Amino acid sequence: MELYSLTIHELLDKLRKGETSSVEITASVFGRIDAVEKDVRAYITLMRETALAEAARADEAIRKGGIGALTGIPIALKDICCTNGVRTTCGSRILQNFIPPYDATVVEKLRAAGAVFAGKTNMDEFAMGSSTETSFFGATRNPWDLTRIPGGSSGGSAAAVAAGECIAALGSDTGGSIRQPAALCGVVGMKPTYGRVSRFGLVAFASSLDQIGPFTKDVEDCAILMNVIAGYDPRESTSVPEEVPDYRQFLGRGIEGWTVGIPKEYFIAGIDPEVEAAVRQTIRVVEGAGARCIEVSLPHTEYCLAVYYIVAPAEACSNLARYDGVKYGFRSEEGRDLMEMYKKTRAAGFGAEVKRRIMIGTYALSSGYYDAYYKKASQVRALIKRDFDEAFAKCDVILTPTTPTPAFRIGEKTDDPMQMYLSDIFTISTNLAGIPGISVPCGFTAAGLPVGVQFLAGHFQEGQLIQFASAYEKQAHLEKRRPTL
Amino acid sequence: MEKIKISQDEVTYVAHLARLEFGEEEKEKFTFQLNEILRYMDKLGEVDTAGVEPMTHAIAQKNAFREDAVGVSLPPEVSLANAPESRGGCFQVPKVIE
Repeated sequence: MELYSLTIHELLDKLRKGETSSVEITASVFGRIDAVEKDVRAYITLMRETALAEAARADEAIRKGGIGALTGIPIALKDICCTNGVRTTCGSRILQNFIPPYDATVVEKLRAAGAVFAGKTNMDEFAMGSSTETSFFGATRNPWDLTRIPGGSSGGSAAAVAAGECIAALGSDTGGSIRQPAALCGVVGMKPTYGRVSRFGLVAFASSLDQIGPFTKDVEDCAILMNVIAGYDPRESTSVPEEVPDYRQFLGRGIEGWTVGIPKEYFIAGIDPEVEAAVRQTIRVVEGAGARCIEVSLPHTEYCLAVYYIVAPAEACSNLARYDGVKYGFRSEEGRDLMEMYKKTRAAGFGAEVKRRIMIGTYALSSGYYDAYYKKASQVRALIKRDFDEAFAKCDVILTPTTPTPAFRIGEKTDDPMQMYLSDIFTISTNLAGIPGISVPCGFTAAGLPVGVQFLAGHFQEGQLIQFASAYEKQAHLEKRRPTL
Repeated sequence: MEKIKISQDEVTYVAHLARLEFGEEEKEKFTFQLNEILRYMDKLGEVDTAGVEPMTHAIAQKNAFREDAVGVSLPPEVSLANAPESRGGCFQVPKVIE
């Protein structure tokens, strides 16, 4: 087994026993990148030189007996997390030369835990997309089938983990941007509770929805990364000063006697039959582990997409007002006065999907339309949250498909925004309600494409999700497959 | 013919509010797509929201106050390092007033 294909916990074990070194692991990961990156295109920026230096320092620390939670482990960062001195593009032309003068809190935390940074991964521009095709730097491809999309917006992170181009990665999730690509690439992805992980240094998309979370090869690694990144940050006013448990203690505890809610609104016409079959099989697996499954109802599910595509663009058009060609980023040279400079800079700096969302958001907030769109959406959002509160009064976790279909083909939906938006139909409600969710691999289609199952729980119950997901993972006995690249 | 939600002229006006501009062909395509998206939003009209308090945050939050104490901030030259143009410790922009 090559080092790049191992998990964080397997590699930490080897490092502790002196069976390998961080320099060897890092060299293995970059060897893999050299072999497959030309096909997968998961990264925008590679950090090879600094990674090897960090690896050497990690080995020095291990020799002195100091092994931290992630010492010597190569991690990739979605290119939306600010990295001191390393360009952070958010997949956009407008930030293509932006070099942050500080680290995001999550980057600081990973650094303090001893991580090695492999690079910055590709993403839909400003995290707006479900396929990683809207990136200014070109599309990432799904390692399981290079003619297909890896999902999005954190498609580079998901593809990098699946292809062995890093050991684990961070992404961000505003409407499914961690869980959807995790499902389509066959890896584990978690969106924590709103407020659980600091977003200081995360380029803002929709501030009432955005959350940072991990991509890993298994649930144990998810717990390890959550232990590092979760927690209150005084620099981020929406981060919540709640105590963070040791998430590893939830592994292997079992789910005997748990009640699992199956929302009837998530098994609808239009869901791919192979996806539905794989997810139905997970219901049998968790029942086999001693859980009881009941039907629950989330009656406002069909309105989630409409609410999301008002709320998220409304917040985005305000957040993206800062890209004006003055303080950082691209500036068009064509403007003769300030107003023209703004317009030409933004017209040339943003791609079509970002402009579409800025337009929807600006329209929805504009005088005369505010009540009909933004206020109405915010009211329906309250009802969506109430649906979850009522469902969680009857069950411990909710089980749904992560996506309605497996990975679709590159180019298939790029000209049809509504069809693209529909691929997030099962993940969006989680962000609107602020609850945590995890996507875990649950099988493959006949064509060999991964399928994911999603588990949801109440606010700050990431531990329960890890407990449930690890019990499922242990019981599922899924065939160990890797993409052939 | 389905109802027009947003006309090409409105698209031009909203683009100005958002400090964007479009070519003719782009404007036509955007108008078509925005109409399609906004028609989908009509679904929300089916929901009875009388008396429902709008939700703007997922977690009940109080304002986060902190002491008004001087901390470490970025030196001016670092703050200006990413600026397309700067002069004399300031961001530089094209002429605002004729």
